[in-house]
Amino acid sequence: MNQGQNEKTVDYAKIIQTDEFKSLVKRKKKFAIPYVIFFFVVFFTLPILTSYTSILEARAIGWMTWTWVYAFGIFIMVWVLTSIYMNKAKEFDENVEEIIKKYVVK
Amino acid sequence: MSSISIIIFIGVIGLTLGITYWAAKQTTTASDFYTAGSSLTGWQNGMAIAGDYLSAASFLGIAGAISLNGFDGFYYSVGWLTAYLVVLFLVAEPLRNLGKFTMADMIGARFHARKVRGAAALNTITIVLFYMLAQLVGAGALIKLLFGLEYWLSVLLVGFMMTVYVLFGGMTATSWVQIVKAVLLMAGTIIISFLVLLKFNFNFVGMFDAMRNATPHGEAFLHSGVVYKDPIGLISVLIALVLGTAGLPHILMRFFTVKDAKTARSSVIYAVWIIGLFYILTIFLGFGAAKFVGVDAIVAENAAGNMAAPMLAGVLGGEALESFVAAVAFATILAVVAGLVLSGASAIAHDLYGEIIKKGKVTEKQQVNAARIASLGVSFISILLALGAEKMNVAFLVSLAFCIAASANVPTILFTIYWKRFNTTGAIASMLTGLFTALILVAMSPNVINPVEGAAFFVGNPIFPFENPAIISVPAGFLAAIIGTLVSSKAKDEISYEEVKFKAETGYKELEN
Repeated sequence: MNQGQNEKTVDYAKIIQTDEFKSLVKRKKKFAIPYVIFFFVVFFTLPILTSYTSILEARAIGWMTWTWVYAFGIFIMVWVLTSIYMNKAKEFDENVEEIIKKYVVK
Repeated sequence: MSSISIIIFIGVIGLTLGITYWAAKQTTTASDFYTAGSSLTGWQNGMAIAGDYLSAASFLGIAGAISLNGFDGFYYSVGWLTAYLVVLFLVAEPLRNLGKFTMADMIGARFHARKVRGAAALNTITIVLFYMLAQLVGAGALIKLLFGLEYWLSVLLVGFMMTVYVLFGGMTATSWVQIVKAVLLMAGTIIISFLVLLKFNFNFVGMFDAMRNATPHGEAFLHSGVVYKDPIGLISVLIALVLGTAGLPHILMRFFTVKDAKTARSSVIYAVWIIGLFYILTIFLGFGAAKFVGVDAIVAENAAGNMAAPMLAGVLGGEALESFVAAVAFATILAVVAGLVLSGASAIAHDLYGEIIKKGKVTEKQQVNAARIASLGVSFISILLALGAEKMNVAFLVSLAFCIAASANVPTILFTIYWKRFNTTGAIASMLTGLFTALILVAMSPNVINPVEGAAFFVGNPIFPFENPAIISVPAGFLAAIIGTLVSSKAKDEISYEEVKFKAETGYKELEN
């Protein structure tokens, strides 16, 4: 690889080995994976509970059963998780900018 | 049809045609045509996603399903909303970072093989056709009911309108039609919900009490299990709903209409709030219809309950509100089918013609022309199919589209971004296995073979017991990806995972010459 090419092409293999990039990917994973598992579990617990048990069939508030309360809970979960994601992503954006500044744009 | 209906209806059509005229003047490049020049802001795209997503199945279908089946109808609302967490956490940003116009672009960013792009395009076209057919058949039935037009004339009317939007206005017109429609839909839904709450003296909990003896189901209306008596069948449907969205080509395409991943992310957030609010309000639509229209009257109009929301509007707000809701339903179908035509056309013109046949060597003018011709083709074929499919079950077609998207596209999308070892063979194996498993199992399911005469194409006992095959076909798609990858070695023309990984995470793109 000559000098001229170096200015244009980016050495991806090298960048993704840098501590900054590795740490970014690791923190992203550490942030996202628990939430992804959490919302899948919460979501599929609803049909499992309604199909195999009758614990959600009791009245919660007035004649609104726990089935509805659980379903509304999923709505709240979706809104809360999107907000959490939004806040966290801002932090990652800053890291991304730093990495691009440091290793790519010279 | 009264004069007020005609005025409202012409108003909606005039507004959308005005948008198309304005958009047509700005659409000159392929990027304008496919992605509105990536110029949309986060909230604009968020509204457009909501407008694209809240199809007739959501507005008319869920309202009807809740009114007839109580909580089991609401499962659709819960599943379709939760699907956006999958989109937001796993797909939206890397997709925007890697892709250009289509979903196949994003997979093509890693695998240059034309076979991969071809398989992705095949999936897109299949999903689009099923989804489109559902919308057009629904549109035909709706307009037939509302305005007394013949079914074929209704389909032609909707088909003609959608072709005009896409052909002349491209993605800019399509997006703005979706945005306008989202505003109208939310307005209509909020008004009806308010009127329903008013009838219940703003007592949300009291409403549930009143529903105990409002329907023939009695108290069961408030519990799960009216329709879904089989747990595995229910879970299978929910898998398709929650994963399918992340593989729907017309929704994924919307992420290319914004300038970067940051904006793509914010558009999902806006969409989640709008869509979530809408789905909460489906309770009022469904409960209100069951209580104030009555199950007998709803079923008499349409057996699947599709007319519940417009009928409710009529009962609560008179003819003006009913006409408004009917016009909104019409706009809903137009917005969704326009988005579908565009994603089908992009798969044909951009992926099959531009990238595979012409190997990317096409001029800007050729690209736009190809896109327009493909749009015409997709419109023509889907109208033709819809004309012959009057009796098909709409909900079945939509859930099949979601199932194919979840089985055939989602595994490949996820592995392309997150799995280093993944290769060309794995991608192709996954896409084709997902597609054909879903199609074959549906062909053996109660949707096609049913003991009840008239319920499906053939009378008899189904070979496969579940209406929706996602519980088998989604794992099959993932397994095929893994097995295909492990038994083969990397092809020479694959781009390094390092590059894909870096671009997916950071959104960095080389400057184009």
